[in-house]
This record gives sequence, C-alpha cells and structure tokens, in this order.
Amino acid sequence: MVDSLKQAAIVGIGQTEFSKNSGRSEQQLAAEAILAACQDAGIDPADIDGMTTFGLDNSDEIDVMRSLGCRDINYTTRLPQGGAASVTTIVHAKNAVESGMCDTFVIWRAMNERSQYRFGQPAMSISPDAHSSTFLEWCFPFGAQTPAAWEALSCGPYLDKFGVTSEDLGRIAVLMRKHAATNPDAWFYEKPITLEDHQASRWIIEPWLHLLDCCQESDGGVALVVTRMDKARDLKQKPARIIGAEYSMLFNHEIISDFYEGDLISHDIAERVTEKLIASCDIAPKDTNVAMIYDNFTPQILRQLEGFGYCGIGEAKDYVKDGHMELDGKSPLSPNGGLMGEGYIHGMNNITEGVRQVRGTAANQVKDVETVFLASGVAGAIIGE
Amino acid sequence: MSMRPDPIQRIDTAFFWEACERGEFVAQKCEKCDVLWHPPRPICPTCHSTEKTTQKLSGKGRLLSWVKQVTPGAFGFPEPPVAALIELEEGIRLVSNLEGVETDDIIIGMNVAVDFAETSGGKAVPIFRAAEAS
Ligand SMILES: [Zn+2]
Repeated sequence: MVDSLKQAAIVGIGQTEFSKNSGRSEQQLAAEAILAACQDAGIDPADIDGMTTFGLDNSDEIDVMRSLGCRDINYTTRLPQGGAASVTTIVHAKNAVESGMCDTFVIWRAMNERSQYRFGQPAMSISPDAHSSTFLEWCFPFGAQTPAAWEALSCGPYLDKFGVTSEDLGRIAVLMRKHAATNPDAWFYEKPITLEDHQASRWIIEPWLHLLDCCQESDGGVALVVTRMDKARDLKQKPARIIGAEYSMLFNHEIISDFYEGDLISHDIAERVTEKLIASCDIAPKDTNVAMIYDNFTPQILRQLEGFGYCGIGEAKDYVKDGHMELDGKSPLSPNGGLMGEGYIHGMNNITEGVRQVRGTAANQVKDVETVFLASGVAGAIIGE
Repeated sequence: MSMRPDPIQRIDTAFFWEACERGEFVAQKCEKCDVLWHPPRPICPTCHSTEKTTQKLSGKGRLLSWVKQVTPGAFGFPEPPVAALIELEEGIRLVSNLEGVETDDIIIGMNVAVDFAETSGGKAVPIFRAAEAS
C-alpha cells in the first residue's frame, strides 16, 4: 500500500439533475458536472491536469478543456466495456495521481441517452469495428439487439440452475425503488413499487426481464475530482480515500455479451477482482459498510454479489431476501436507489453516492460508515475515511 | 420474404457467412495446432500463426440459454424470435435462433441441430431446431 500522504482520494463530486430530457447538449452536461465537482472540492478547473471518461462518451477532451478553461493536461485515457468502465475510472485516477503524473484528475460521464438517443434500443448506426461493438455481428441478425437481451442471454444459465424466480429478481427492484423513494435527487423520488407492480410490469425480455428489472434511460452528467491526500488536506471536503481499486479483463470474456468462456454460472472476473483487492488492501468487499453495485439489470446484482464474495454460489437470491441489503442490514445496497431508482448515468452516480456515504452527507445515510465498496463487474474499489 | 437483417461482415469474419450461403456450417481452425475457435479472429491465440483454415461442423449441439426480445421488438422480425446460446459438440459456442419450438416446450440443455435461414438481402445465417439425442 502507498504512503498515506500519497494515497489517492476523491475530493469533489458533481452532478446535474437526472431527467428524461435535459434540454441542453451533452457537452454542457459534462462541463456543468465537472464545474460542480471542482466547486465542491474547492479547486480551480484551470488546474485540472488529467482526465478520463468512457469510450462511449460523446464529449471530446478538447471541448471539455475549452469549456472549463483547463490549461495543460498531462494524461488522458478512455475506457472500454460500456458501463463496466464506471469503477474502472477509479483505477486509472488512482494510478494517475499516486504515480505523480497528475495532481488534479477529473472523471466525467455525460449523456442524453433518453432524449437524444435510446441506449436501451437497437442501434442501427454502430460500426462493427468500433470499440466494444464487434459482438454485435454475432447477435444482431438473430434478434438479440438490446443490452437487456444480451444480459438475459448470458445470465439465463445461472438463473435456470439455481431456480431464481421473477419474484427473487423483483425483490431487488423493490429495494432499489424503496431507497430512491426517499432520495430527493432520484428520478423515482417518492415513487416506491411493490412486488405486485414488478410482476405486472410488461415483458422486456422473456423469460427473465420485466420492465422493472431494468435500469432507467436518463439524461444527465456526473463528475469526480481525484487528488492525493497531501493536497486533499487543504481542500473543502472530507476526502474519500481510495483504499483499493482493481480491474480484471480475462481471456475470451466479453462484457454484457459474455457468452464464450467459463461456465456462465460463476462470475470469474468479479472473483479475480476480489482476489486482487484483498491482496492489495486486505479488505474484502463484504467487510465494507455499503455496497454500490452496478445494477443495469436485476440478475447482474445476484451474479456480482457472488463474484465479489458477499455469499456463496447460488445463495444471492436468499441473501437479498433475508434483508442483508436493506439500509439497516449487513451490506446496504445503493442507498441512493441505484441506476434503477436514482438515474442511469452509466454507473457514475453510484460512485458519487459512495463518496456521500463516506462523508456522511447522503439522503439515506447509513450509520457509522467507514468503508464503501464500488463495483461495476470488471472493476471494484474500496473507498473510506 | 425474410426481413431478417443481413449479417455484418468484416474481413476477418466473411468466410463464416459466405459458408452459410453455401449451406455449410464452419468454424475457424488453426492449421498448426488444430484448435477451433469462435468468434473468428485474425491470429491463433495459442501459437500465433496466421495460417487459418476452416472445419465443417456437425451442426449438433445443445441449448445453453434463450431469450425473446419483446420490447422493443426485434428489428427485422414480424414476431420476436427465440435468440439462443448454443454450445456445439465441438465445444464452441455461438448465438443463434431456436426455431420450430413453442416457448413452453423449450428446455435448457435440449439437443439442437443446425439449419439455415435467409436474410433480407439474400444472405444466410445458421439457425437451430430441436433434435433427437445423438
Ligand atoms: Zn495455433
């Protein structure tokens, strides 16, 4: 582990409102979110010297610099694998500042994926040679054309093997909406659902996913500022130290279309990330106080809970049913309502919530939080005081 | 007439779809180490040879997983087809369709055999139907 003064920390968080029609450009959403994160931290945007976003983000680094008046960037990178990039950004930010390459590193993700285009619907214009999209060639002519279809196809063997019912999945959706209902920033604020609502919602993907098993399509922007603890001490907020952040990409595995390798039962990549986390910081995800786990679709929560070691294989549906992920449970899950309840800014709004939980400023604050686990399938991070 | 989307074809993958047009179901194989793989790739991941050939497959396999993309409806299909993940007896997997089986009768692990379906532009893709145990 690095010297505590050289350790990376998240010192600023920023976001726009989460809506279905932002009424402004993605570039503006990006700039507003980054500016908010800098103001939260007490940092001048001119001092930003490193940045990353997702391969799928439409805002160019040049335009971000031009909007915010950034002078000189030492390091930029863009991350593959769709929303799995969300926690991967933390791995890169940590490396960038702890290596000394950057002092003020910014992460952003901004999208009008409801009003400008539909992330959940078949995209006719993606080049099969583009990043993260060669898999389309093998799915599109067979009518598997949406993220929900790919996800359900890859999770089917797991759900079948352990007899996971639609009610089991529905309990996850009900929990996310319960948390969102008391979070004023959530799109579904004051709109909880029942298991009956879940069961009655229309089919998206037979035989596994109802509408309420799916995250939202949202407009909005989210940003983070990361620096080292030696600098963090002079800033406005209580820093959220990045205690561990690990990533794994395994041979022949894809992300949402992960069909070709392994037994399709265990989450091999999450297991590997967990091993790396324990080796690097001696903390297991299950020993943290809050679980911010990427909830694009309900089955993904079950598979990640097992992959990241919260429970044994096949046990996740009962782990949820037994109440461990309630706000007063052993491992509260996404107190903001997650991507289903709060908004879907490609996972990044789950990271800002993790920071608020460490600061003690969340709408649904968990008691006595020392550490929070952030996860997006291929990456996991542990942040804390 | 089929409205099914034509396969996207790339330099490294066209051989697969061209074989389908001839009614042949093939996988890529390394000339040197005899290993089969799918999806296709330009170079053998084991020995790094670029000398590739193809092997005709038996077309027999079993169903690992299936879904029906109901909302939004599948582009190019009047009714949502059953998209299926198939494991072939040669050990490789691919996404395809299961045709001719009512959804109530689908069983994970059931035996399937290859057939071909025409696409809107007169190309062909492999699909699967229920088969007796081999
Ligand atoms: Zn070889």
